[in-house]
Amino acid sequence: MLAASDVRLDTNALDFAILGVYFVTVLGVGFVAKRYVKTSLDYFLSGRTLPAWITGLAFVSANLGATEILGMGANGAQYGVATVNYYWIGAVPAMVFLGLVMMPFYYGARVRSVPEYLLMRFDKRSHLFNSWTFALATVLIAGVNLFALALVLKLLLGWAIIVGILVAAVVVLAYITLGGLSSAIYNEVLQFFVILAALVPLTVVGLVDAGGWGGLQDHIRDSKLGEAGLHALQGTNPGDVTNPIGATWIGLVFGLGFILSFGYWTTNFAEVQRALSARDLSAGQRTPLIGAYPKLLIPAVVVIPGMIALWKIPGLGGGDEDLAYNNAIPLLMNEYLPNGMLGIALTGLMASFMAGVAANVSAFNTVVTTDIIEPYIAKDRDDAFYIKVGRYVTVGGIVVAIGTALIASGYQNLMNYLQALFSIFNAPLFATFIIGMFWKRMSPAAGLWGLVAGTIAALVTYVGYKWLDWFTFGSDLDESFWGAGAAFVVDAIVTVAVTLFTKPKPVEELQGLVWGMANEEDASTVAVHDKWWESPRLLGFGAIAAGLVLTIVFW
Amino acid sequence: MSSERDEQATGAREAQAANLFDLRRIIGGLFVLYGVVLVIVGLGDSDAEIDKAAGVHINLWAGLGMLAMGLAFLAWGLLRPLGRQLQEEERKREERSGGASS
Repeated sequence: MLAASDVRLDTNALDFAILGVYFVTVLGVGFVAKRYVKTSLDYFLSGRTLPAWITGLAFVSANLGATEILGMGANGAQYGVATVNYYWIGAVPAMVFLGLVMMPFYYGARVRSVPEYLLMRFDKRSHLFNSWTFALATVLIAGVNLFALALVLKLLLGWAIIVGILVAAVVVLAYITLGGLSSAIYNEVLQFFVILAALVPLTVVGLVDAGGWGGLQDHIRDSKLGEAGLHALQGTNPGDVTNPIGATWIGLVFGLGFILSFGYWTTNFAEVQRALSARDLSAGQRTPLIGAYPKLLIPAVVVIPGMIALWKIPGLGGGDEDLAYNNAIPLLMNEYLPNGMLGIALTGLMASFMAGVAANVSAFNTVVTTDIIEPYIAKDRDDAFYIKVGRYVTVGGIVVAIGTALIASGYQNLMNYLQALFSIFNAPLFATFIIGMFWKRMSPAAGLWGLVAGTIAALVTYVGYKWLDWFTFGSDLDESFWGAGAAFVVDAIVTVAVTLFTKPKPVEELQGLVWGMANEEDASTVAVHDKWWESPRLLGFGAIAAGLVLTIVFW
Repeated sequence: MSSERDEQATGAREAQAANLFDLRRIIGGLFVLYGVVLVIVGLGDSDAEIDKAAGVHINLWAGLGMLAMGLAFLAWGLLRPLGRQLQEEERKREERSGGASS
């Protein structure tokens, strides 16, 4: 039996030394990066010099925040194999779409941020609107990560919540302020390997203990999940839903796989920024595609430990707060890992939390500086001025994130709060982008009013469900799906309606911004790759095919 | 500090600096250190600690794995130095743009 005190990790000095070495390395990267930051492009986009393997791993690492690892581990314990739908249907196709279809527009237009694309495609109004909503979204999400970190530190080490929040905030602040995006990205790549170094041994030990994959399957059949916990898509036919997620394949494919996932991966600047910092268009296109391959395999070290925890930790997901599904992976670490590996595991968890905070804070400082301050508040200053402003904005962003961490503390399930944020901020943006990129008639006014209407639609759905009892949904997660759907549809309708009554932008101004008008003569934006296996198309369709095969294997 | 002449003159020094800051060396160094520490700890693990990990000598094995990965990154970083790679790419890019304009 597991006593409540067993939740606390049995860490010793060795484990803390391992964690300490990691912090020193991370700060060291920040200091060294500082010496290379000469222009604001260096600070905000790493000078567009990074090779594709670095930006690709940073791309997937920016998403490997702790909410992702703890949340998907929890889903592994709660829903079993069906959790893979979040990866193979709910992420990989959107990542490939970003690489193959959208990156040529982003990179080809030489924009420094996602909102800046709106400025070039439409006008200042939609640019300013989106810059503000995006800045708000990033600090809210950074706050969620800070709070989640503090929760785990409290659970595992007994630190007070506010101490955990402050320690994490100071470390992230130090390395981003010093080195800007380069040090955020370099640390994300480092984090990627540390997180794997924590999760792979945990999975191996757990599988050995369970008697291999076959043995684990038997244990799951005997658990409360039963046979249904071993299938990705079985039992998702409308009218006969037996899948543990409780959704139909229509909801999974269109809700999760299309609107939520495409909205997140293609318009979330915290992600896209990694691809924009690649050294040329080919590397930029390959960034999300290279990221897609680790994404295909991450369920093996996140979902499987969750399933092992369901068998190994009695009472998981029961009434005891310490044994909540969210704690599945930390509990399993404490169950199996001796001192030494436990330090690596703790370091991996800390690293993933900092990845989530850093990705959002570095996106926040770029958008506030280059999209709000530079064009509208302090024009035509020298480069050094904007680097300095970027550093102050980073400090401000972290301070605000500490405040939003306290907002997040009011929510029981952080993953659902995050999904609600995505439905409000990303879903309408995706509708505006997809229409604007493929329909050259779409007018600047439609760009603004579509976004405003879509955002309001998602907000009304959320507020009406959460506080005013106007609508009822099956669950919080169900609300975020319908909220995202409403935002997408309302945005699309308003966009088309407004376009029909307003003047489009002259065609000459849309070069390189709209489908069929890519600026192909410009040598600097033509995709060049040296080796056949660097072909973005090959990489992209390879990733989708691999996801399809895996889904069929785990059907 | 940042006059044009300086920047040209420091091409070699920048290549050196780029090497110093090569991420592959940082990852390699960190994992070699972690690997060595875990192998040493793993060799001294008690039976109770091995039993905890379902009979797997996890500190030792994970340590060896990290050591191998760290060495692989160091080897990659040393065999294809970033500074030289950057210079080669710069040359290639110049050839390309030269070819396009002629």
